[in-house]
Amino acid sequence: MFYREAGQFKTSYDKDQAIFPIIQDRWFIAALLIVAYVAVPFFANEYWLQAVIIPFLILALAAIGLNILTGYAGQVSLGTGAFMAVGAYACYKMTTNIPDMNVVFAFLLSGIFAAAAGIVFGLPSLRIKGFYLAVATLAAQFFILWLFNKVGWFYNDNPSGTITAPPRELFGITITGPRATAEARYFVSLTFLVIGAIVAKNLVRGRIGRSWMAIRDMDIAAEIIGIRPLQTKLTAFAISSFYCGVAGALYIFVWLGSAETEAFDLLQVSFPVLFMVIIGGLGSIMGAIMGAAFITLMPIFLTNFPPMIGIHLATDLQKHIEEIIFGGMIVAFLIVEPHGLARLWQIAKEKLRQWPFPY
Amino acid sequence: MEFLNAVFVAPFLDIADSPVFFAEVVIGGLMAGVMYSLVALGFVLIFKASGVFNYAQGAMVLFAALTLVGLMEQGAPLWLGLLVTVGVMVALAYAVERFMLRKLINQEGIILFMATIGFNFVLEGTGQIAFGSDVKRLDVGLPDKSFETGGILLNTFDLSAAFIGAVMVTSLALFFQYTPTGRALRAVADDHQAALSVGIPLKTIWVIVWSVAGVVALVAGIMWGAKAGVQFSLVLIALKALPVLILGGFTSVPGAIVGGLIIGVGEKVAEVYWGPAFGGAIESWFAYMLALAFLLFRPQGLFGEKIIERV
Repeated sequence: MFYREAGQFKTSYDKDQAIFPIIQDRWFIAALLIVAYVAVPFFANEYWLQAVIIPFLILALAAIGLNILTGYAGQVSLGTGAFMAVGAYACYKMTTNIPDMNVVFAFLLSGIFAAAAGIVFGLPSLRIKGFYLAVATLAAQFFILWLFNKVGWFYNDNPSGTITAPPRELFGITITGPRATAEARYFVSLTFLVIGAIVAKNLVRGRIGRSWMAIRDMDIAAEIIGIRPLQTKLTAFAISSFYCGVAGALYIFVWLGSAETEAFDLLQVSFPVLFMVIIGGLGSIMGAIMGAAFITLMPIFLTNFPPMIGIHLATDLQKHIEEIIFGGMIVAFLIVEPHGLARLWQIAKEKLRQWPFPY
Repeated sequence: MEFLNAVFVAPFLDIADSPVFFAEVVIGGLMAGVMYSLVALGFVLIFKASGVFNYAQGAMVLFAALTLVGLMEQGAPLWLGLLVTVGVMVALAYAVERFMLRKLINQEGIILFMATIGFNFVLEGTGQIAFGSDVKRLDVGLPDKSFETGGILLNTFDLSAAFIGAVMVTSLALFFQYTPTGRALRAVADDHQAALSVGIPLKTIWVIVWSVAGVVALVAGIMWGAKAGVQFSLVLIALKALPVLILGGFTSVPGAIVGGLIIGVGEKVAEVYWGPAFGGAIESWFAYMLALAFLLFRPQGLFGEKIIERV
């Protein structure tokens, strides 16, 4: 009875095609945005913002990117970390060589560079499919990170081999570099995520998103009804990498401050982002965000929970137990709900529609 | 110009200069390739029979090696240790089937892949809690001496590794070809539903195939462990085996062997002769690039089944 669309009549095509056609959804999203923009920065402290919320927001953006590629276009990729690294290094080169460049513009432009890299490494997808493609994208992962590590030009030949975000301002507020406050960085990453999610939502329900899904469901059939596999797959790679690239730039500039290529390692970034997409639900934008929340919060919960109930373990043992529980939870979760958190959310809505009179 | 010279001229001059050294590099590559093949073999077995892309194969190698080392540290003789470890791997296979595969039947490949990543974490954690995470020496009594034939330096350990690899592949091939179980395994690999309908018990087959993969993992673990010590980084050889897989084809046992040898030789030769031109450390990605370039011409790998698609 809380989630009932009865009586909500649509009187125009615009209303019929709204992203959130049901009034309850609109209220829910509005409430969520108010909480995110007003309540969270008001209540959260520096530690929470830096250690939990900002990485969650940035990785959620990357997860949306990967979900476009894997969830909507059906091309499994393990090269997320590499595309994020392309974004981060492109942003670093641009901001250090052109100091006057607006930093938001630099973020978006680094997305374009990542998209170019995505197109190059997406080319094999025309010939190879499934797990062959997944392993082939590992070539991108290892090659690109090796390149950034080896060629000094990418990190301005600085002796430590790290890239460091220079301080940059937006509307007179420092948003990158060591002196930027956690709140400022929070607002930047949140805004990028919100805009990114809205754009992605619109993309996937438009012509281009439908062609991605057609290719995913059966590429030969899609080709027969006139969808060009070349363009469709490459746009999926490009747009997905664009998101990853922007997320990568934010990862360094807004979250870490400075990093080496190891920050974009396979096990550090590519796998966790894939977890987020699958746990969240393949082919769902909201799912990518929920999956990101789950995967970033889970280890923190596992680390802090035993001390809270009075169990103190050696760090080494604790780490291994965390690993076991994390792995076990993934398996258990997949058994319970292979379609991810997005599907659970859908089921919850169905239940709410009937509750408390389920007949 | 200098770069072009270093890529297209200098390496060949070097090869022509000292063919003996080149032969040594190739043989070294072949030996490394045998090791890759051993790991890739486990992947292929499981993928063939259950369509599961088992990311946890690397963790299984580590787990098997850790179990064996742990038992031997407790004073168990080698034969007992081997026996118990095989038992543990079979129990593990049973548990995987009972608690994971059975519940995920008929799910998409990526979901199963994801589940094996979860299983990978569980195995890594359990192995290290039970047996510690220090580097351990594993001594199974294989001779490790270097000797020279025709000016080429060889190592008895590498030779015995190659020999054991060959024995294992032959016995697996015979097992697949001539035993009733092997025939059932091939039937399942061909078509799950058809196999079920002629009365082959799918679940038993899965347990068998995961057990065989566990034993293969044990052999790989012994080889790698005796060579480089049993340590956490054994997990990462799974990543080395992936390009071998796509080169040879996911579904082909000979493919895993040939692919492993090609990758092993290619990697070593490239590192020695072309590495300097690129600033070294190209081993990390060379195998992948080689496999990728290869896939563009043969998308199903060397010996993989040709994918026929119908609408």
